[in-house]
Amino acid sequence: MARNTKDEILHDHNHDGIDRRGFLKCMAWAGTGALCVMQGGVLKSYSMSRPSEMNPADMKGELSFVQISDSHMGFNKPANPDVAATLQAAVDKINALSRPPEFLLHTGDISHLSKPEEFDTVEQILKSASAKDVFYVPGEHDVLNDDGKQYHERFAKGAQEGGWYSFEKKGVHFVGLVNVMNLKAGGLGTLGHEQLEWLEKDVQHLKSSTPIVVFAHIPLWAVYPEWGWGTEDSAQALAYLKKFGSVTVLNGHIHQIMQKVEGNVTFHTACSTAFPQPKPGEAPSPGPMKVPAEQLRSVLGITDVNYVSGQHALAVVDSTLA
Amino acid sequence: MRSSVFLASLLVMAVMGLGGIVAEHSSFVASAQETAASTSEVKIDNFVFGPAAITVPVGTTVTWINRDDIPHTVVSTEKVFKSKVLDTDEKFSYTFTKAGEYPYFCSIHPKMTGKVVVQ
Repeated sequence: MARNTKDEILHDHNHDGIDRRGFLKCMAWAGTGALCVMQGGVLKSYSMSRPSEMNPADMKGELSFVQISDSHMGFNKPANPDVAATLQAAVDKINALSRPPEFLLHTGDISHLSKPEEFDTVEQILKSASAKDVFYVPGEHDVLNDDGKQYHERFAKGAQEGGWYSFEKKGVHFVGLVNVMNLKAGGLGTLGHEQLEWLEKDVQHLKSSTPIVVFAHIPLWAVYPEWGWGTEDSAQALAYLKKFGSVTVLNGHIHQIMQKVEGNVTFHTACSTAFPQPKPGEAPSPGPMKVPAEQLRSVLGITDVNYVSGQHALAVVDSTLA
Repeated sequence: MRSSVFLASLLVMAVMGLGGIVAEHSSFVASAQETAASTSEVKIDNFVFGPAAITVPVGTTVTWINRDDIPHTVVSTEKVFKSKVLDTDEKFSYTFTKAGEYPYFCSIHPKMTGKVVVQ
């Protein structure tokens, strides 16, 4: 590992994963936003707090999109009494990006209680975003009481019956998965047999050089199973993606930024636009974390993802609302 | 001497009074037990059902109350009962008319599990 005096880390990880200390350093920047670029086995991280040191070439690419997550519209407790305002702040942040994203991904918990007016408000606020297309996957808060009927009618019209779907953008294959239905007592998120079968077929015709982006609400890796932060059958899904050189997995649910690299798969969880949750195990429960009002926007945020053709790399930039 | 008689009578009165209180108290306990036979409460706090396991007589109505800032549900694993989503301070009640074990969980946060034993 080589490290210079600036906030930049270079890891030559010899094709076997990322240096752990370096990765923790990268995570430590999450509060202020970090840019992580994987290029041919070398990971570069830049602190967003020093934008002057960022190489503009790393920010360019064939395709850029933004992930937002966990708007929890309707939540009004002390952790954030105005989640509409912070979602609007997220949209303002998106609209201020030097290069407008082509579309948005929303990784679930659009609403807090699956109420029509909550979904309405989110759709209304997102209309003011520079990117007009929004691709959704449901969170457990979006499918309450009606097994997701309302969510499906609004947000998953072109999807498979279970709500999952895939699409192509500039050579990148995107897969939206649903892992919040039919949860079993004592268990984690679950994809289910039918969806896994569909996934296998969906990707089997693709060239192994196709970059893959998988997005789903609950993390597809075991972040902290004690709090239900993981998906029971995610290993099977990832097994179908083994042949691909570049797989990026984007999740929400845990209201904080975490990253992990395993072989060719980069896992990333995004901030919430509504309220933060504690780090795994650092509180009695994963309930909303109350932070001083002036700090709230520093723990909420958006994720900007940049794909550079031919480099097998997606640059993932997290920025807070502060 | 007079004062000691006075003290003694005070003592007697006090004991009688105490007896009265004890008697009242035991009748209160009895009625509380009768009440316990018909209702019971489970609090949802910090993503935990408390108490996680309760044993109640047949005919008991169990009420769950959500004390978290996050919504929860109360869903029988064997599909015997199922609440709507409970927002903060909302309640759900179910009356158990048959003996047996009733495991349940929160369908939003399935790591949260509990059990009602009906005897």
